[in-house]
Amino acid sequence: MALQSLDIAKRSATTTEPPQARKTLEIAKLIDVSKCIGCKACQVACMQWNDLRDEVGSCGGTYDNPTDMTDQSWTVMRYAEVESEDRGLEWLIRKDGCMHCEDPGCLKACPSPGAIIKYANGIVDFHQENCIGCGYCVTGCPFNVPRISKKDSKAYKCTLCSDRVAVGLEPACVKVCPTGSISFGSKEDMKELAEERVTELKERGFKNAGLYDPAGVGGTHVMYVLNHADKPSLYSGLPDDPTIAPTVSLWKGFAKPLAMAGIAAAALGGLFHYVMKGPNEVSKEVEAEVEKELEAEK
Amino acid sequence: MIRDPSDLQRYNASERANHWVVGICFILLALSGLALFHPALFPLTGLFGGGVWTRILHPFVGVIMMLFFVVMFFRFKHLNQMSDTDWEWVKRAKEMVDGDDHNMPEMGKYNGGQKLLFWFLGLAMLVLFVSGIIIWRAYFSHYFPIGVIRLGAVLHAAFAAVMIIAIIVHVYAAIWVRGTIRAMLYGTVTRAWAKQHHRAWYRQVTGK
Repeated sequence: MALQSLDIAKRSATTTEPPQARKTLEIAKLIDVSKCIGCKACQVACMQWNDLRDEVGSCGGTYDNPTDMTDQSWTVMRYAEVESEDRGLEWLIRKDGCMHCEDPGCLKACPSPGAIIKYANGIVDFHQENCIGCGYCVTGCPFNVPRISKKDSKAYKCTLCSDRVAVGLEPACVKVCPTGSISFGSKEDMKELAEERVTELKERGFKNAGLYDPAGVGGTHVMYVLNHADKPSLYSGLPDDPTIAPTVSLWKGFAKPLAMAGIAAAALGGLFHYVMKGPNEVSKEVEAEVEKELEAEK
Repeated sequence: MIRDPSDLQRYNASERANHWVVGICFILLALSGLALFHPALFPLTGLFGGGVWTRILHPFVGVIMMLFFVVMFFRFKHLNQMSDTDWEWVKRAKEMVDGDDHNMPEMGKYNGGQKLLFWFLGLAMLVLFVSGIIIWRAYFSHYFPIGVIRLGAVLHAAFAAVMIIAIIVHVYAAIWVRGTIRAMLYGTVTRAWAKQHHRAWYRQVTGK
């Protein structure tokens, strides 16, 4: 087996159990938006570590640059200007990227065995060599994260620096964050750290401060501390209550065995009908009638 | 080449070719579609040159099938209008499947079951084509909101599964009713076959 840090917990389009003998520490990245100054060092570090260079785009009138994630930009800072009566104008900045769900919608939707892997430590990783480019991961993701490259038609997204984490390093964005807004460690430790910070924020008047670790997707391995955790959508559309869509669950759940059973039943039903009832042949009687009619014609 | 001049022409060459283009497309689509539908069938992608090629080819074959199906649909539409006798036939279909067709009403060129299949296939092709365009990531998905794409994926899978079952029934019916397959291979059926299974049509073409 490979490195313990790369033990596999879930594999796309695979119906059998993964190896489970070893227990690995569950990890998480905690992004404290209340400490973020929007410097984009994380974006730069991500590009540098992963050897990505996005096209120079155009300015959309905000600091969002690039304006959306792409196959070359696996994380982008999103800047939301939010006005409320009690707090006036607030600049809510969120580092967007893959949330590394415990129950990943992308992995559930993926039809290609081994194209999407969830490691035992919680990281959800795309293995492009197995990716067929169908885009089902985009359809399955509750956070609109995967991007299909126009060049190679493969899906790309944040790897949570699985290559760095595998050898005991923190993700590149964590390493460079100048304000300590991004932390990395065991999921348990990160939750504890978040709790301390939330208490602090509440003391400072953010009465709805809280941890974003949405239960609808089984929790995530990228979590946010939000100063307005009651309204995650304020942060450039972070889903309030993300879940795998019921249509996706149906498509990738019940529909599969049901359809297979139906098709098998039709095929076997035909065979056994033929074997038990025999073919539907023209009766001798009708054949004789037709013979007579033809004779009469002559 | 007609060996027995008393045989009846059921399909002309162009109708048969049209049917087989659609049929071949269907087989390719069913195999490649099932490969992407259920992990157990993913190895079927090997028939198409791997997973990536399967993903690339499937929708193009679908477009070809749709084009030829539309031609076939309008060719046979007027022959597939359901009548009261057809519904009567459908109600009694179970008796026939059980092996007794003595009480079946006389059928024209198509029986009630064939007609219902015709209309179901028309509906299924429409849904599969529209949903297929919606989930065609390389060219079209970005025009649609995510909820529509998800619905498209479920509908595509559901209608494809039911259509595969319907075509299994279609093919089995042709095998079960001896003397049928030749109609789609070289166009003719025996007079006895026509009189046995489609008596009204038999009367119409022979004047008996």
